[in-house]
Amino acid sequence: MKTFWLGISLYLTLLPLTKLQADTLDEVKKRGFLKCGVSQGLAGFSAPDKAGQWQGIDVDLCRAVAAAALGDATKVKYRPLSAKERLTALQSGEIDLLSRNTTWTFQRDAQLGVDFAGVMYYDGQGFMVPKKLGVKSAKELSGASVCVQLGTTTELNLADFFRAAKLQYKLVAFEKNDEVVAAYDAGRCDAISADRSGLFADRTKLKKPEDNEVLPDIISKEPLGPVVRHGDNKWGDIVRWTLYALIEAEELQVTAANVDQMMKDSNPSVRRLLGTEGELGKSLGLPNDWAARTIKQVGNYQEIFDRHLGQATPLKIERGQNALWKQGGLHYPMPFR
Amino acid sequence: MLKTRQLRAYLLQALCLGLVLAGLGFIASNTIENLNARGITSGFGFLSRPAGFDIAFSLIPYGAGSTFFQAFLVGLTNTLFVAALGVIGASVIGLVVAFMRLGSNPLFRWLGGAYVETLRNIPLLLQLFLWYFAVLRNLPGPRASIAVGEMVFLNIRGLYLPFPDQKPALLGLLGVTILGLIVGHFWRAAAVKARLAKGRFPWWHLLPYFLPLALPILLALGFAGRWTISVPRLEGFNFVGGLQLIPELVAIVVALSLYTAAFIAEIVRAGILSVAKGQREAALALGLSPFDTMRLVIFPQALRVIIPPLTSQYLNLTKNSSLAAAIAFPDLVLIFAGTALNITGQAVEIMALTMVVYLVISLMISAFMHSYQRRVLRYEH
Repeated sequence: MKTFWLGISLYLTLLPLTKLQADTLDEVKKRGFLKCGVSQGLAGFSAPDKAGQWQGIDVDLCRAVAAAALGDATKVKYRPLSAKERLTALQSGEIDLLSRNTTWTFQRDAQLGVDFAGVMYYDGQGFMVPKKLGVKSAKELSGASVCVQLGTTTELNLADFFRAAKLQYKLVAFEKNDEVVAAYDAGRCDAISADRSGLFADRTKLKKPEDNEVLPDIISKEPLGPVVRHGDNKWGDIVRWTLYALIEAEELQVTAANVDQMMKDSNPSVRRLLGTEGELGKSLGLPNDWAARTIKQVGNYQEIFDRHLGQATPLKIERGQNALWKQGGLHYPMPFR
Repeated sequence: MLKTRQLRAYLLQALCLGLVLAGLGFIASNTIENLNARGITSGFGFLSRPAGFDIAFSLIPYGAGSTFFQAFLVGLTNTLFVAALGVIGASVIGLVVAFMRLGSNPLFRWLGGAYVETLRNIPLLLQLFLWYFAVLRNLPGPRASIAVGEMVFLNIRGLYLPFPDQKPALLGLLGVTILGLIVGHFWRAAAVKARLAKGRFPWWHLLPYFLPLALPILLALGFAGRWTISVPRLEGFNFVGGLQLIPELVAIVVALSLYTAAFIAEIVRAGILSVAKGQREAALALGLSPFDTMRLVIFPQALRVIIPPLTSQYLNLTKNSSLAAAIAFPDLVLIFAGTALNITGQAVEIMALTMVVYLVISLMISAFMHSYQRRVLRYEH
């Protein structure tokens, strides 16, 4: 009986703690590490390497935010999430930041209590087919079976595309991406449809990657970016401006290698970014050299892109829309002033 | 007058119940408060919105403009369909394996034992993947289909059968089959009653067994003029027309049946062994054939031991059918707790609804088996 009442009183004292706290930055600082939601394995974006270390551009954003908020890019705990768990994990406070190739859509932004902090990678949905089918455009896929990973905007885009083109198709939706690839490899479907970046990654997992091609068609806009909880604007600002800092650093040609020298540079834009002039960091609740230490540990956007997606990697993805605005791309960091 | 001790017991129980209810109430209100605080939409309004995604396999009409509620119904019927096929398959295989193990042929006994020990000791999910990818890897592509008389085709995309074009045809055929089962059951009962009264079976006593098969055939013949039969034909990448049974359906039904059958076989074997040896000897001494001994004397007595654990296996099978999501069969979990959840993002509502559905299905199976058990026990007196 004693334990019963003890249990009850313990339960009652714990009750008020179950509500979530709102200030993520304070919480992260107190905890000493960042909890970052990533994918369950998408090469180039977030996947563990041979040594078991998480690698990819989404992972590097987690590291950049950790470097900005805590001063140390290694202070991150990664939480692999499936497509359908990811937003719930963020809403419930299980993670501080979701950096997991997530498409910024109206419905997610407006209805689900989350905010998108920017765009890390401009993607679009496409198709991969075996070369032997002789298909040159997605419009020739009438009657095809299409494998997709469920629980993403993929299924909706696919339905819209085929309905608009007045074509028939058969949908085969799997829960995990590995099963999509295995089923496609076994011949269960004629094509995989997914974000094109993902298709390039999937192609490397096939038995004969060279026998398959990603079609040129892009049937949707997929701006992939980091997501934070709605209502904590301070934390949202930190993530947004950390991302811009990476792109701004590319624009100003500040790299991990030369950042120490650049601290002495006379260009006012560089000085403001690196915190040698003005007090930009303080307004975010961070030390003034937040961007400098981020770039030093993680590199600028170009370095991140080249390391995980560029020509030196098996993915060999072109910069394309992901180039800087000055080079005909879409990445346009807001002014640092 | 209540004794103080009793009163105290009642008070304590009331207090416990109150605390549990208060706890549940707190969880509910905390959830709603947190959802509101974070600006997350809640409620079931999304059910009437258009779903906008496609579904690979559906027994009921579903198309472009269908709502989330219709998607939910498709998922529900698919889950029930798989569970029903699985229960039938598992029972039949289970029964066969049980008799193999009980029989006198050492090879069959060994085979039955090996079957049970292998199948029940490997996780179901692994078996599911094995069946799915084993089936996929061994079937030819659409252009190299295995054809039976240019009517039936088998390839990696599924089994294609000729079928009436009209959508209600399937429901009609299913309906009259069930009707046939019900009517056949009572008709057969009447035959048994007639035998008890007159000492002899009426000439039609075996006809009820054919009713579930005869009715759909009659229906099909009756509509022969109006139903146009569509025969599958290769067009572009895939076959069009006819009825397509997707490999995912075959894999999940086969995996569920084989896995659960291993447990059912042991339950049936235990039930039969639990019947006293004298019963069998007495029945044989009375001149009953071994088959009739089993059918009329031993099996009815074994049923009262078999049914309660069998119910658990049927419930397990139904719940395990949710693993179908892993191999892309569009069941309730995949369609509703998967795609619909991700599109609407309303995890609390969707998971609650999905859990309630599984609970209701399980309780219904449980209630049915319980009433059957009561009927079986009635024979005891």
